[in-house]
Amino acid sequence: MSLKMDVDWKPLLLVPALALLALPLVGSPSTWLTLTVAGLAMGMIVFIIASGLTLVFGLMDVLNFGHGVFIALGAFVATSVLGAMGDWTQSQSILANLVAVLPAMVVAMLVAGAVGLAFERFIVRPVYGQHLKQILITMGGMIIGEELIKVIWGPAQIPLPLPEGLRGSWLWGDAAVEKYRVLAVVVGALVFGLLAWTLARTKIGLLIRAGVQDREMVESLGYRIRVLFVGIFVAGSALAGLGGVMWGLYQQNVIPQMGAQVNVLIFIVIIIGGLGSTTGALIGALLVGLMANYTGFVAPKVALFSNIALMVAILLWRPQGVYPVAGSR
Amino acid sequence: MLRRLLSNDLPRSKVLAVLLIAVLLGLAFAPFVFPGVKALNVAAKILVFIVLVASFDLLLGYTGIVSFAHTMFFGIGAYGIAIAATRMGAGWDAVAVGLACSLAVSLVLALAIGLFSLRVRAIFFAMITLAVASAFQTLASQLSEFTGGEDGLSFRLPEIISPSFEFSEEPFLGVSLDGRLLCYYLLFVVAVVLVLALLRIVNSPFGRVLQAIRENEFRAEAIGYRVVVYRTLSAALSALFATLAGAMLALWLRYNGPDTSLSFEIMIDVLLIVVIGGMGTVYGAAIGAVLFVVAQSYLQDLLRLGSEATGEALGLPWLAALLSPDRWLLWLGLLFVLSVYYFPTGIVGKLRARSSAR
Repeated sequence: MSLKMDVDWKPLLLVPALALLALPLVGSPSTWLTLTVAGLAMGMIVFIIASGLTLVFGLMDVLNFGHGVFIALGAFVATSVLGAMGDWTQSQSILANLVAVLPAMVVAMLVAGAVGLAFERFIVRPVYGQHLKQILITMGGMIIGEELIKVIWGPAQIPLPLPEGLRGSWLWGDAAVEKYRVLAVVVGALVFGLLAWTLARTKIGLLIRAGVQDREMVESLGYRIRVLFVGIFVAGSALAGLGGVMWGLYQQNVIPQMGAQVNVLIFIVIIIGGLGSTTGALIGALLVGLMANYTGFVAPKVALFSNIALMVAILLWRPQGVYPVAGSR
Repeated sequence: MLRRLLSNDLPRSKVLAVLLIAVLLGLAFAPFVFPGVKALNVAAKILVFIVLVASFDLLLGYTGIVSFAHTMFFGIGAYGIAIAATRMGAGWDAVAVGLACSLAVSLVLALAIGLFSLRVRAIFFAMITLAVASAFQTLASQLSEFTGGEDGLSFRLPEIISPSFEFSEEPFLGVSLDGRLLCYYLLFVVAVVLVLALLRIVNSPFGRVLQAIRENEFRAEAIGYRVVVYRTLSAALSALFATLAGAMLALWLRYNGPDTSLSFEIMIDVLLIVVIGGMGTVYGAAIGAVLFVVAQSYLQDLLRLGSEATGEALGLPWLAALLSPDRWLLWLGLLFVLSVYYFPTGIVGKLRARSSAR
């Protein structure tokens, strides 16, 4: 783990392997390219959401079933913010559009982070170390959050249209690649880069990685892992909020139940990745994203169970996920 | 005799014993004591929920693992009866075939999920059941030629338990003796037998091992019990009982759809009833189910009144929005979180603690 001298590269090959395997099944290369970009975009968004959850689990052994609330919250905040910035989103210039999306993301992250702080204090903190109660309580928190969203924004589906300049697609030969999906991949790559840099190159990242490996040891060296944990929880919630904005724009509409829907996806992702592993979560997210898009095109009826089948296959190969995290229980 | 029937698991609290007897008598004479169609429906729903919740408690309270797929098995039971009765017509053979098929499907699914996820970590089980249950729910509404899709299936049952059948012209104690009544008593007998069977299971040596695993997994494994096997068996048993509860529901309603038996809301109801009644006690399921179903059936009206009053009279639209009956789940969620914090042993636990303190 520490020096990454011998990188476990096998899981890394899974993503291109899946993409290549799908090529003959899809048939036409241009459709394949469209689907692949869509899958990568979806995977990146799912990764942004799942990264916080997997770190929270790895560090504190807390499984947060209420993570989905922050996704829905972020998306609904974005509808309000973008709705208020009509001039900017209607503008023809891509620059103005991006300027409109940026504050929506920032506000969504701030709101989700703030709610995350409260969630950690009132929902999660009293049940540290008790798995059964954690599952029950965070599920309860999820229900309450979803209902409050319905109280504030109403229970109906709200459209979240993309700003003018981000609609439509670029043509690469025969393949149509939607602009927004490219943007999603770019934002996802940025977040992953930032996260990887923080984890690998900063003092905080060092403490987080050490904490995942052996919490008691880090505590005995004098670091307050609780404070660190609250920070991770808030950051994870904020990332879920950001992911929610991007997911909402990807689907172009938001419903209060979206949190619960995405929750199922990210659980599959972090199980595939190995609970607590960020790189594993990235691989899991990309696999799930690609799988969802390929099967949605090739065999829509099977699409429902494709992700579960994928998870089953991975767990048969590595029962703890592709990157098992040592030291976790 | 009674001790034997209850598998030596007596209420151990006078108040609880009185409550249980009241519940039993109330349900046994419900058609005569509480006249009216709604009251009988509520009583039948209580019977179904007692079995459903008690079977979930075998998993949550006794084995200490959380499943979010319990409504899936409940739905399989209900769909089994519904599909068989739609295809094969109204006859007991359809009921039998539906029941047998749904039990087989539930058993295979539960064993597969259990062996697969419990092998690694109990916490996987919660996540994987959530994923499978949501996929199953979508599947049920998509296979519309088979399951009736979102509309569900209405079907006919053997005449003897349908409302049109009257086996006596004379009303008895003011209640008409029809197939509906007979159906109610069929459910009642089935529910009593199933609850007693669950009591038998949790108080058997097998049940003791489950509790040992709940208390200390590592030690149970060290003593020589194969934790995975016991947990999987517990998951499969609880799935079978849930399937039976689903079949009971279908028999009573003569209708089944995704919202009646598969919705996640039922899962939340079940969780709440287990926690309020008392985790790890079969009696808690009975007490909790009665309280909850009655509250759900009659309190929502009260909530509606409250919402209208605050909205119009007091001019507080936000309070009206919070009190609206559509936000019923919000209050359930709050109640759920608060009871897990402050009331973790539930009603039965509190009553037993009080009487043993004396």
